[in-house]
Order: sequence, then structure tokens, then C-alpha cells
Amino acid sequence: MTAAAAIARARARPARRARTTESLTGWAFVTPATVIIGLFGAAPIVWSLVLSFTNDNGLSSTSAFIGVRNYKTLIHDPVVSQAIEHTIVYTALFVPGTMLVGLFLAVAMNRKIRFIWFYRTAAYATMAISTISEALVFIWLFDPSFGIVNYVFSLLHLPQQQFLNSPNEALYVIVTMTIWGWSGFAVVIYLAALQGVPQDLVEAAAIDGAGRWATFRRVTLPLLSPASLFLAVWLTINALQLFDEVYLSTQGGPLGATTVLVYYLYQQAFTTNFDFGYASAIAYLLFIVILAVTAIQFRVGRRFTFYRS
Amino acid sequence: MAGPRRRLPFSPWHLVLIPATIVLLFPFVWLIITSIETPAEALRFPPDLTPHVIRLQNYPDAYAAAPFGRFFLNSAIVAVTTVICNLVLCAAAGYAFARFRFLGRTALFIAMMATLMVPFQVTMIPQYIITKWIGVNLLGGAGIGHIGALIVPNAATAFGVFFLRQFFRTLPIEYEEAALVDGANRLVVLWRVVLPLAAPALATLAALTFLDSWNNFLWPLIAINSQAASTLPLGLATFQGAHSTEWTLLMAGNVMSLAPMMIVFLIAQRYFVRSVAATGLTGV
Repeated sequence: MTAAAAIARARARPARRARTTESLTGWAFVTPATVIIGLFGAAPIVWSLVLSFTNDNGLSSTSAFIGVRNYKTLIHDPVVSQAIEHTIVYTALFVPGTMLVGLFLAVAMNRKIRFIWFYRTAAYATMAISTISEALVFIWLFDPSFGIVNYVFSLLHLPQQQFLNSPNEALYVIVTMTIWGWSGFAVVIYLAALQGVPQDLVEAAAIDGAGRWATFRRVTLPLLSPASLFLAVWLTINALQLFDEVYLSTQGGPLGATTVLVYYLYQQAFTTNFDFGYASAIAYLLFIVILAVTAIQFRVGRRFTFYRS
Repeated sequence: MAGPRRRLPFSPWHLVLIPATIVLLFPFVWLIITSIETPAEALRFPPDLTPHVIRLQNYPDAYAAAPFGRFFLNSAIVAVTTVICNLVLCAAAGYAFARFRFLGRTALFIAMMATLMVPFQVTMIPQYIITKWIGVNLLGGAGIGHIGALIVPNAATAFGVFFLRQFFRTLPIEYEEAALVDGANRLVVLWRVVLPLAAPALATLAALTFLDSWNNFLWPLIAINSQAASTLPLGLATFQGAHSTEWTLLMAGNVMSLAPMMIVFLIAQRYFVRSVAATGLTGV
């Protein structure tokens, strides 16, 4: 038997075994990650759905199915409807606010001028600060008695404000601090997109007699639309999950004015009554809201999004 | 209308960027100024904007009031371990999804990707129950109250698997085939051939995982119940609760909390920025 024939036979015989081996190797490679993601990412999705139909409580070991009672309570809970309202108001201000700030800064920073590295670093630095550090600085800046913002107001002859102590203002202060905190992220995304805008298109528009604003409005902005859609979706998902800043600055107050969905969920599950069942129902409400809003954004967004092929 | 337009000796964009940068940097500047004032000066209104006594004593005072060194160490251990686990586990899984044909591959991949859409708050309560159970029955160090509880649930992420799989698929398969023909096994191929080629993607995943882990707050808030196991954000939040009106102390503590990340970020800025930009390009 020649060597070549032996190789050919050896190849043909274990074709099946080779496939089995590959299958086993494949599973060996994916199993560790699958266990972690399955245990902490996938199973809890079903588990919390089940929990939402129970009166499960973190403090006692008894748990019983109570049907849709948690969801019924949810619909009639005035705090939930307030929390939804606050979450929507917050998102509606934070998302466009951050996008506009990011777009403005990125356009201004998208040029080779002196000190540009310094300007960019100043924007990027906001990405390195944790939400807790950020909130702590802003509580101090907006302190009603000793804060620098009220001092600036006094210089401008504006009335002194209560800011985080006022039910009418607290949410807007949180909008302000989070826009600041996310501005670096928006700048990075828009700068990357701006650097992908082909200069010949911009020059062609200029040759055709378009002014700077018209060029920006009709050429640059449409070319940025995929970045805008990404930012809109990404920021919205994060906005609907607002928690850290509220926890540190207002604890949902004053008078519940900054109680957003996730803060209420946290309160129900981990502060006073450890009501895992009800909190899970709120979590699923949040999930549905996020899915619905994201789906709408994609549907509407795609229509206004221009992809260069 | 003849004659050249008058030109500024510098780009007019500086006139936009200077005020913008002042607004962006002001919170940092004010934070540092407050952290070196005397408590009485911090509570002066209108604030004293002229330079005055520098009181560095706030830093030792804050350090004595809360174990910031411990918080830093915990944050560092959690972030570094989480990054290493993610790189190893996600690379192995991502590689298998990219290159192997195995039973159930597509179904498993789709199931994994589906978890990406679910917000953390939905999985948080069962995750708490599971972590508690693990701590009692399997591994004390990974249970509620221990920093292991901050590592294990995040040791692999669906995003990491997806991200690396996408990258591995763009690599030319010829190198791997050549190595296999030379008798290398799959693990050696991944380690010696694929991972060196994937260094940029691994770096990106490392940067994003590190930032996420370092700044995470909600899960540590739930899973950790002692100062000894607190990370920087959690420790800082507790510190704020205990000293809510001692502004100089709070700001000194805040500077100590954010300085390490800020230094790392400034040194490796280019690399962090590229990583964050990558989420935008792969995102939609």
C-alpha cells in the first residue's frame, strides 16, 4: 500500500469522527462563556418573568403564585405612572440635549488648529469620570446655599434657585449633569463619523455654490445620520435606565419629583420591603418600554438614515 | 466689495472652543479647588475666587474617614480580573462561533445574542438570588458581600463574544489552516496564530470592559454590604452619605476616587477613544 492511498483511506474513514471531534472541541470552547452568560444573563430573564407572577419576597422564604396581581397593582400604582412620566421627560430632554452638544462640539473640534488636542481631551475626560463622582461634583456646584451656580445667577441678577431641593427643578439639574457626563461619548461618536465624511463631497457642494450652512445641512448632516441613529438609540436605552445620579443626588425626591422607573424598582426590591415579585413586574414594564421605544426609533430612524453603499 | 476679507490671526473656532472647554473643565477645576480649601472657605457665599490658603490636610482627613486605598484596591482587582476573564472566555467562545461547526452552534449563538437586548434591571433580582445561593452553597468568595460577586457574573458577556466573533471572521483563514496542517491543535492555533492578529480587537474589548467594570454602581450597591468589599463608586457614595455637608472632605475623597481612572485615561487616551468609537461603528 502506498503512502498516498493510506492517507486517502485515513481521510475518508474518520470524516464522521472528525465532525464529532470538531463538535466536541466547539462545545469545549464555548462552554465556559455559555455557563456564565446562561446563568447570569439568560436564565434570569425567564426567572424574573416567573417572579413577576409571585409574591416572592427577599426576606422570607415563602413564595406563592398570585397570577397577574402585580401587574394589576402596577397599572393602578400612582408612583409608577409618575415614574414613567419622569423617565420620559428625562429621556426627552437628555437624548436630544446630549446629541446637540456632542454634534456642536464635534463639528467645532473637527479641524486641525492649534491646541485642538487640549480641547478634545477636555471633552473626552468626561468619559473617565464615574456617574457617582460626576453626581457628587454637580451636587456641590448646584448647592442652593453655597454653590457656584447660584453665585453665577446672582451675578446675572437672576433669582436664587433651590435646584435639587426643588421638586420643579431637581430633574432638570439631573438632565444637566448627565448631559455633561455623556458629552465626551457623543463627541467621540460624532468625531469618528465626521472623519468619515468624504471631503470631495463637501468641496463639490461648495463649488456648486452652497454656503457653509447649506453644505452642513444638506451634505454633512445626512452623512452623519447613521451615527445619529446609533447615538439616539444608545442614549435612549441608557436614559431609560437612569439610576446612579438619582440615587446619589436626590434619592428620588424631593416629593418624588425624580423617582424614575429604575429607582422605584430598586426601592421596591432592595430597600424597605424587598418585594421581588412586584419589582420584577416593574422590571418587565421597563423592558417592554425599552423594546418598544428602540423599535420605534429604528423604524422611524431608518427612514431618515442615509447609508453610503 | 473688492479687497481681501479681514482675517483673524487665529482660527475663529477658538472663540467657540475656549468657552466650551471652560464649561467642560469647570466641574473638574471647582472640584479640585474645593478639595484644597478650608471648610470655612468652602461655605463662603459669594465664593472666594481669588487664590488663598491651600489646605492639603483634607486629603489625609478624607483618607482617615474612609478607606479609599481599600476601595481602589477592590476596584482594581475587580476590573483587572473581569477584563482577563472576558478576554479568555469571550475569545474562546467567539473563536468557536467564528470557525467551528458544531451541533447547536446557530441556536446557541442566537440565544446568546438575544440576552444582549435585555436591560440589566430585568436580570438583576435573579442574579442577586443566584449569587447569594452560590455564596452559601458553592464558593463563599463569590457570594453576596464579597468582591467575587462583582467578577463572576460579568466574567463573560454576550457583547464580548459577539464582538470577537465578528473580528475573527474578518481574519484570513489561511494562516489557521496552515498551522492545523502543521499539526497544531485548535487551542494552539487560537493562542499562537489568531490572538496575535486580533490584538486590536482584544485591546478594544479590554478597554470597554475595564471602563464598565470600574464605573459600575448598581450591582455593587446591591451585592456588597461592607466597606471592606466596596469599590470606589460604592465607597464614595457611602462616604457622601456619612459626610453630606462636609464639602472639602467630600471633594478630597472625590478627587482620590477619580484620579486613578483619569490618569490611566489620559495616558491611554488614544486607545480608549478608539475603543469607544468602535462601539459606534459596529453598533447599528
